[in-house]
Amino acid sequence: MIRLERRPQPSRLWTGLTPLLAVLLTMVVGGMMFALLGKPPLEAIRIIFWDPLFHPQFAAYSRPQLLVKASPLILIAIGLSLGFRAGIWNIGAEGQYIMGAICGAGMGLAFYPTTSPLIFPAMVLAGALGGWAWAMIPAVLKVRFGTNEILVSLMLVYVAEALLASVSQKLLRNPEGMGFPGSRNFQQYPAAANTEIIVGTGMHWGVVAAFVAVIFTHVLMTRHIQGFNIRLTGEAPRAARFSGVSPARIIILCLGFGGALAGAAGLFEVSGPAGQITIDFNSGYGFTAIIVAFLGRLHPVGILLAGLLMALTYIGGELAQLMLGLPGASIQLFQGMLLFFLLATDVFTNFRIRVGTTKVA
Amino acid sequence: MADTLLSLRGLTKAYPGVVANDDVSFDIRAGEIHALLGENGAGKSTLVKMIYGLVKPDRGEMSLLGAPYAPSEPKAARALGVSMVFQHFSLFNALSVAENVALGMEKPPRVGDLARQIREVSEMYGLPLDPFRIVGTLSAGERQRVEIIRCLLQDRRLLIMDEPTSVLTPQEVEILFATLRKLSAEGTAILYISHKLEEIRALCDHATILRLGKKVATCTPAESTARQLGELMVGTSFAAPASRAQATGAVLLEVTALSLPAPDAFGTPLREIAFQVKAGEVLGLGGVAGNGQDELLAALSGERLAPAGSVTLKGRDVSRTGPMARRDAGLLSAPEERLGHAAAPAMSLVENGVLTAARREGLVSGGFVSWAKARSFAERVIREFDVRTPSPDTAAGALSGGNLQKFVIGREILQRPDVLVVNQPTWGVDAAAAAAIRQALLDLAAKGAAIIVISQDLDELMEISDRFGALNEGRLSRIRPVSGLDMEQIGLMMGGAHGMEVAQVA
Amino acid sequence: MDLSSINPALLIASIMISATPILLAALGEMVVEKAGVLNLGVEGMMITGAVVGFATAVSTGSPTLGFMAAALASAVLSLSFGLLTQVMLSNQVATGLGLTLVGLGLSSLIGKPYEGMKSPTLPKLDIPLLGDIPVLGRMLFSHDAMVYISLLLVLAVWAFLKYTRAGLILRAVGESHDAAHALGYKVVRIRLMAIFFGGACAGLGGAYLSLVRVPQWTEGMTSGAGWIALAIVVFASWRAGRVLIGAYLFGGVTVLQLNLQAAGARVPVEILSMSPYLITILVLVIISARGVHGAPASLGRPFHASS
Repeated sequence: MIRLERRPQPSRLWTGLTPLLAVLLTMVVGGMMFALLGKPPLEAIRIIFWDPLFHPQFAAYSRPQLLVKASPLILIAIGLSLGFRAGIWNIGAEGQYIMGAICGAGMGLAFYPTTSPLIFPAMVLAGALGGWAWAMIPAVLKVRFGTNEILVSLMLVYVAEALLASVSQKLLRNPEGMGFPGSRNFQQYPAAANTEIIVGTGMHWGVVAAFVAVIFTHVLMTRHIQGFNIRLTGEAPRAARFSGVSPARIIILCLGFGGALAGAAGLFEVSGPAGQITIDFNSGYGFTAIIVAFLGRLHPVGILLAGLLMALTYIGGELAQLMLGLPGASIQLFQGMLLFFLLATDVFTNFRIRVGTTKVA
Repeated sequence: MADTLLSLRGLTKAYPGVVANDDVSFDIRAGEIHALLGENGAGKSTLVKMIYGLVKPDRGEMSLLGAPYAPSEPKAARALGVSMVFQHFSLFNALSVAENVALGMEKPPRVGDLARQIREVSEMYGLPLDPFRIVGTLSAGERQRVEIIRCLLQDRRLLIMDEPTSVLTPQEVEILFATLRKLSAEGTAILYISHKLEEIRALCDHATILRLGKKVATCTPAESTARQLGELMVGTSFAAPASRAQATGAVLLEVTALSLPAPDAFGTPLREIAFQVKAGEVLGLGGVAGNGQDELLAALSGERLAPAGSVTLKGRDVSRTGPMARRDAGLLSAPEERLGHAAAPAMSLVENGVLTAARREGLVSGGFVSWAKARSFAERVIREFDVRTPSPDTAAGALSGGNLQKFVIGREILQRPDVLVVNQPTWGVDAAAAAAIRQALLDLAAKGAAIIVISQDLDELMEISDRFGALNEGRLSRIRPVSGLDMEQIGLMMGGAHGMEVAQVA
Repeated sequence: MDLSSINPALLIASIMISATPILLAALGEMVVEKAGVLNLGVEGMMITGAVVGFATAVSTGSPTLGFMAAALASAVLSLSFGLLTQVMLSNQVATGLGLTLVGLGLSSLIGKPYEGMKSPTLPKLDIPLLGDIPVLGRMLFSHDAMVYISLLLVLAVWAFLKYTRAGLILRAVGESHDAAHALGYKVVRIRLMAIFFGGACAGLGGAYLSLVRVPQWTEGMTSGAGWIALAIVVFASWRAGRVLIGAYLFGGVTVLQLNLQAAGARVPVEILSMSPYLITILVLVIISARGVHGAPASLGRPFHASS
């Protein structure tokens, strides 16, 4: 008989080991899935995880893509991780991402075609504010009325998507776009473009922001009393209140921080890699970032690594689509499985597995 | 013996790192009231869980009326007439009395019939109950009646009662004892778990004493003194806290007309609470669980804000300030629930030190935590209060109840409070640790702090308080000096018999 | 705007159709939550049901088989959530989200070949006599079988929870798993059964979308219906009858906004299309401002029998 026995405290070893185990399990099960789809499993795994970095032909193109894809994931996941640590479930980052993009792009387009070095920073600010404001809706509703933030933040994703459809057809539509939906392309408006800082690396301002966010959050969570309060609220909400932590402040802080980072991520994306506001410029980063946050164990450095890994699966997935005709959706499933296996293997972190009956000590 | 009902032979059960029961054997005769006596952690709960089918013994066997008895689950035990009244965790707040009773029965009758039976039986045994009340709205004593009635409605040979009097006033205890004696006269055996010696001497025919998982003795309690029983139970004897000179000073905390609505559906509102505590004084607040103890602590600690002017600390109104400001002003507290309220289970002792001592001990400056200072504070608590832990980095949840309690109380005492409020400071703590905690509280008072001890353990309150008051449905009785109080008076202060009546012995 | 193009009889009839998927999913989730489990994966289970139901109906030609396959597939998928949360004690919120992400991925993978296809749909039951009543007959008595099955299911769940011993035990487990365990009830087993039922209901709801309501398969076609079902459970204070009211109210909003769009109302389209979500938020706020009542006390808390 197999029994679970709660560890007195979570195992540090397993905390680090479970993400690796989850990746491994996902590869195995994913491989079986690829085999079922009639694709060579080992080759598919190699194309997804190895070729984007080391393939003689493609690596030159795909390596910079790694940072491009990872930076929004990391930015959003860092923001989410604060809330998740505190037991506040913002799952509407996708909406905050969209609103950040709309607000930031709107700010930039308002200045078109003037040039000033202040335009781009103003856009970043507007993007972060847009995401922050969107996240404040569930935050304020939760503080004021106790409304469930999970459902509200998620409903707001659909509202943001409707708004995105509207602005890309009306308010922000490119007047020279011959009636096609979508805004002006920021690549043709240098003052407002999020350009590569070092050519050929994929390093744009969003990547810089992601690294700053990682370091900032790491310091906040390990050294600052607010980070301590956030962890305390998540671990034991009653103890946090007893300590004197205001739950309302933590809610506002965590949702606001997450919203601002997601909003900034949206702006960096729309003014850089995506180039313009379109009906479907958002590609589900807000949801994938949830996986990144968990895979990174809600730890800033872990999130950095998890974000890079997840970016790899995106790029590798596209490559596999190209080379093997692997359906795009299988990567989405692949990522979902990763989260599932992580949650499953987490049992080792909190419990010991005992086989058979206990011996008399 | 011909009339042996349940016989236990060599029962052994081990958990990782601890042998809960080691080769325990004794007999329970039909119709007797048999006490199971032992400290916290002596293995009483594990033993009765084996009898009730919740836990399987590793070794040993049981027989019921001569036939082998090995219940695989509580259902099987109930089918053979063995039922149990729990101390915790066995009622459903949102369900009605009748539904709760039905859940504890194998083949409950139809709702109407069940309600009638509940009324009949509850009146016959002097435990009146409305079958359609929602359990969450009942008092602690009434909740216990639900459990007892649940057992009484079934075929019953053996009734296991786990610390039943901890939720009753002295008057209610008397009534419960009358009910139990009546049941015993009718042939039902009762296995009565307790660590209260006087109670056992008054009620039980035989007593089996457990210490560290082993049976130490089976004796006839009426023929032993409480002191003998106590030494058997603990192993050594503990000195009662040193008596001290009565030297009280200025009023440090004054509570006037403190009223607060109930925090939730099953909470208790505070009604016009008023008292004063002076420097050097220990005020004991008794009362049956669920009569406003948690709510009062929350109102004093600052977790819930009180109406302006109701809480005055050293002449300053602190009613509208939160826990941090009150701590800054010298009012510290330790709630009853250690895990999740007084301490965060998954966090280390170092972190749990920061939980309340961040500002008073200067562990934080400019918003940044000094982990070195936090660690040395935690180490100081561990050293001075003899907290047994592998290291200050151990998670609070990994400590035993007694050790964590010493840490929690020590954490507050070392911050040199002017006023300290503690709720159930020794609940679930072994005798040695309990004695140490009480002594620490008395020492603090001797240094000039005002201390409020909220507790359901009347013996404890009588031992350490100067004055005593009781909480009853959110009201506080008149405060009276402890010297000269007798059990009868205390019982009345706690609300008397709460509508119970003595069983009509047929 | 031409409001006269909106036919009230047709409106009511289409409200019933539009409400049925959410009703089914919300009802299932209510039972799960009554047992003390919060499964946020409704969206993922619904969309899996939608694609499996559609694919089965297309390949077998039988919508009935489609519904059965959908219920089974989603129930099996929900058991993965059950295994993780009940046996391996993972966090319910995270696992529910994971279930949704897996479901979305899985469905778009399975559904790719079926995009743009047509499937056989459920026949309308023209109930004799009742169906012939003018106006009312068309409004209420000429739907497909699933509409009536979903209504019967509301009744069955209500009676199950209120009158049966199994229902009482289920509620008890959701109220306090420790107490239920102490009395010897198998908490994990009971919860797994509830989760299975919830999964099956979500699957039926999803299949109703792809086989009757739309009827077609498109990627991400549930577009939040599963989340709205979760909101309806809160709105309904965990009562079967109110789940029905909630689902029909929501169905009403959806149909009305579609009708208004079709009728060319002067309200901007985007406002209309976001209205169901905004109204859901509004309802959640009103409910929570009044104070959420009736939530099972053990909802979302992990259970581990320590002894």
